[in-house]
Amino acid sequence: MANPLRDPRDRRIPRVAEPSVLVMFGVTGDLAQKKLLPAIYDLANRGLLPPGFSLVGFARRQWADEDFAQLTYDAVREHSRTTFRDEVWRQVRDGIRFVSGDFSQDAAFDRLAEVVAGLDVERGTGGNRVFYLSIPPSQFPAVVRQLDRSGMSGGNDAPGWRRVVIEKPFGHDLSSARDLNDLLASVFPPRSVFRIDHYLGKETVQNLLALRFANTLFEPIWNRRYVDHVQITMAEDIGIGGRAGYYDGIGAARDVIQNHLLQLLALTAMEEPVSFAFDALRAEKQKALSAVQIPDDPATGTARGQYAAGWQGGMPVPGFLAEEGIAADSNTETFAAIRLGVDTRRWAGVPFYLRTGKRLAIRMTEIAVIFQRAPHLPFDATDAKELGQNALVIRVQPDEGITLRFGSKVPGSAMEVRDVNMDFAYGESFTESSPEAYERLLLDVLVGDPPLFPGHDEVELSWKILDPIEEFWAADGRPEPYPAGSAGPACADEMMARDGRAWRRL
Amino acid sequence: MKVELIDTTASTVRNELTRMCQQMGGLTTGVVLNLVIMTDEADQYDALRAATQAGREHPCQVLGVIARSGRRPRRLDGEVTVGENMPGQMVLLRIQGELNEHVESVVTPLLVPDTPVVIWWPGKAPRAPATDPVGALGQRRITDAAADEQPRSRLLELAAGYRPGDTDLSWTRTTTWRSLLAATLDRPYAEILEAAVVAEAENPSADLMAAWLARRLGVPVHQELSAGPGVTEARFVTGDGKIVISRADGRNATLSRPGEPDRFVALHRRETAELLSEELRRLDPDEVYGETLAELTSEDRAAARATGGQPEE
Repeated sequence: MANPLRDPRDRRIPRVAEPSVLVMFGVTGDLAQKKLLPAIYDLANRGLLPPGFSLVGFARRQWADEDFAQLTYDAVREHSRTTFRDEVWRQVRDGIRFVSGDFSQDAAFDRLAEVVAGLDVERGTGGNRVFYLSIPPSQFPAVVRQLDRSGMSGGNDAPGWRRVVIEKPFGHDLSSARDLNDLLASVFPPRSVFRIDHYLGKETVQNLLALRFANTLFEPIWNRRYVDHVQITMAEDIGIGGRAGYYDGIGAARDVIQNHLLQLLALTAMEEPVSFAFDALRAEKQKALSAVQIPDDPATGTARGQYAAGWQGGMPVPGFLAEEGIAADSNTETFAAIRLGVDTRRWAGVPFYLRTGKRLAIRMTEIAVIFQRAPHLPFDATDAKELGQNALVIRVQPDEGITLRFGSKVPGSAMEVRDVNMDFAYGESFTESSPEAYERLLLDVLVGDPPLFPGHDEVELSWKILDPIEEFWAADGRPEPYPAGSAGPACADEMMARDGRAWRRL
Repeated sequence: MKVELIDTTASTVRNELTRMCQQMGGLTTGVVLNLVIMTDEADQYDALRAATQAGREHPCQVLGVIARSGRRPRRLDGEVTVGENMPGQMVLLRIQGELNEHVESVVTPLLVPDTPVVIWWPGKAPRAPATDPVGALGQRRITDAAADEQPRSRLLELAAGYRPGDTDLSWTRTTTWRSLLAATLDRPYAEILEAAVVAEAENPSADLMAAWLARRLGVPVHQELSAGPGVTEARFVTGDGKIVISRADGRNATLSRPGEPDRFVALHRRETAELLSEELRRLDPDEVYGETLAELTSEDRAAARATGGQPEE
């Protein structure tokens, strides 16, 4: 029955999640404490969590509910975005439970099932559950099996709904991605699996859809007639930190290009979806990804590097091979650049350059659409010497916003043209109100709204793009070293120079 | 940076503002709306503070128009602040004498072009805001019936003069209640037979909430009196029993449903800055508010309000 108090025109009343239990595995991890637990509080503070919403932590520690509540409290006090209010915390606190156990212990999961069922009675959560697997993928099979065995994953006749949330990596190649999907599909229907790519929760990324499809200004030039090429960059200034165990053997391309950058490419290149519903959006992203062509010769169309010792922002930092937990002869790349084509009428002949790397000069993510030069310049050659190519840059992070770069006359008696920037800074306009990506994504999971989550088909298509390149790299010697704090290896610049282009400065 | 201009003109203020913005590096670009605050010396401090806080979420050019009462000669004093405590810029205009009859002539040249205009009267407001010369400049007009000496009749007066784009903070105050009530009905419930809203005396938000419920549910909605603060209870009487949200202290609420243990819900009364921030989030007409005002003026509602003056037995 439709809720008589809800009206799509009544936009003051927010989408509120249904009463549900969020069961979180891996509560003691960094992500849970820095992002997930604070996001839950922030949602509650914004009035987006229903009374009755409950949070159950599961971990090996011998903890009571109070201990987990304390951990949550500390995480909230330190990392929440919104102001702290006692009464909001009390509402969250009332729904916190903890179950201690190992993924191999049947008894622990039986206890978990009891606790969750108890919450249905106590807090009216109606059988609705979200299982958030904030754990390494190697532990997925054990947990998924236990959820199935204990009956928590529910049958078709169980009341309410069950959803499962997983974080990247979604496999490390096509076949492992399929295995992972098979495992999840054996217990959860495809619609119930939410793959979190936190980039897609960022306001700027969603704004790309608004920019393209809410305006008349950009869409007419968003094609091969006007666009020269597209550069999608995700640069990090940090090293691998404590992620050596995960990162070695995975590398920059699998870690970043397969998910974040190819998703950004899909959103940039796709056709207009008929609506922003999950199926419509996913169909367009899939089409774009399935039209992606890898370079005929990976030797000239790709580049990879590995950071060596260097100076970064005034600090000496070790090279990748000297990082703790990394083999001294590791072939893992920490920088990857790829030239891709999108074989559609819109994009034929327009290269999409993707690059990502660690220990680069700055932390920055952007999508830069670089336009062709004017076919004819009615100026003296010297007058337009400083005129570059027009560019539309979507700055994803930090300093979120949009820059439009075009030529303008320099004040003075001569007709001299130089590049200027027109800037829309998201930060200035909406920062305080823009929710954290995880806030948005968690709410979407609780509401059951999947458009911002990549579907399994998109994951498979991405691996189909990356696998042949990874195979080529595996047989092609070592990644080229680049000094930490630089803009990447020389081979990446050479790759662009061969095409007569250059990377945007980091 | 802050500059005071005594006995000045709008164009001098405008030039000073432009000069300061250029000096600070062209801040006008970040401004997403013009917020004109029509106030007096007594209310201006709180109003500007709220606007500054809301301005962090919605960088705006704040134009504080402070009417100075008494028989004084015509004079305009300006105070321009750029880049302090808030993104955007703030202009205070102190207006005295017969200029008070022609405020729009000062406001108009100071509005940032190509940017929406919102007019806010934190205290006293014209009977029909949309037909006021300054009100007509805004696409959104924010009043606050609760600030009036007779809030309920003031709300009815606003309802009579309603035009799309009008809104009132006593409506904004109902949002948290309304979303909680809506969330309660997201779960299965037995047929609703009647409903009630309980609040302290002369509470316009309670009138709006009751009118909204009556319109949406199509059942009798009673109004009852309590000691407050604000709205203290809303309930649905269903075929199975009562669904009640009660809040005695203006902060902590309890939700009770038939056959379930009571649940604690955070439901604090929001500050003006938060209310203003919600208002500025959308600048298109609030149709639901318009409909609720129409319901408010119906005979059924008038009867419910009349009995709502009596303490509950």
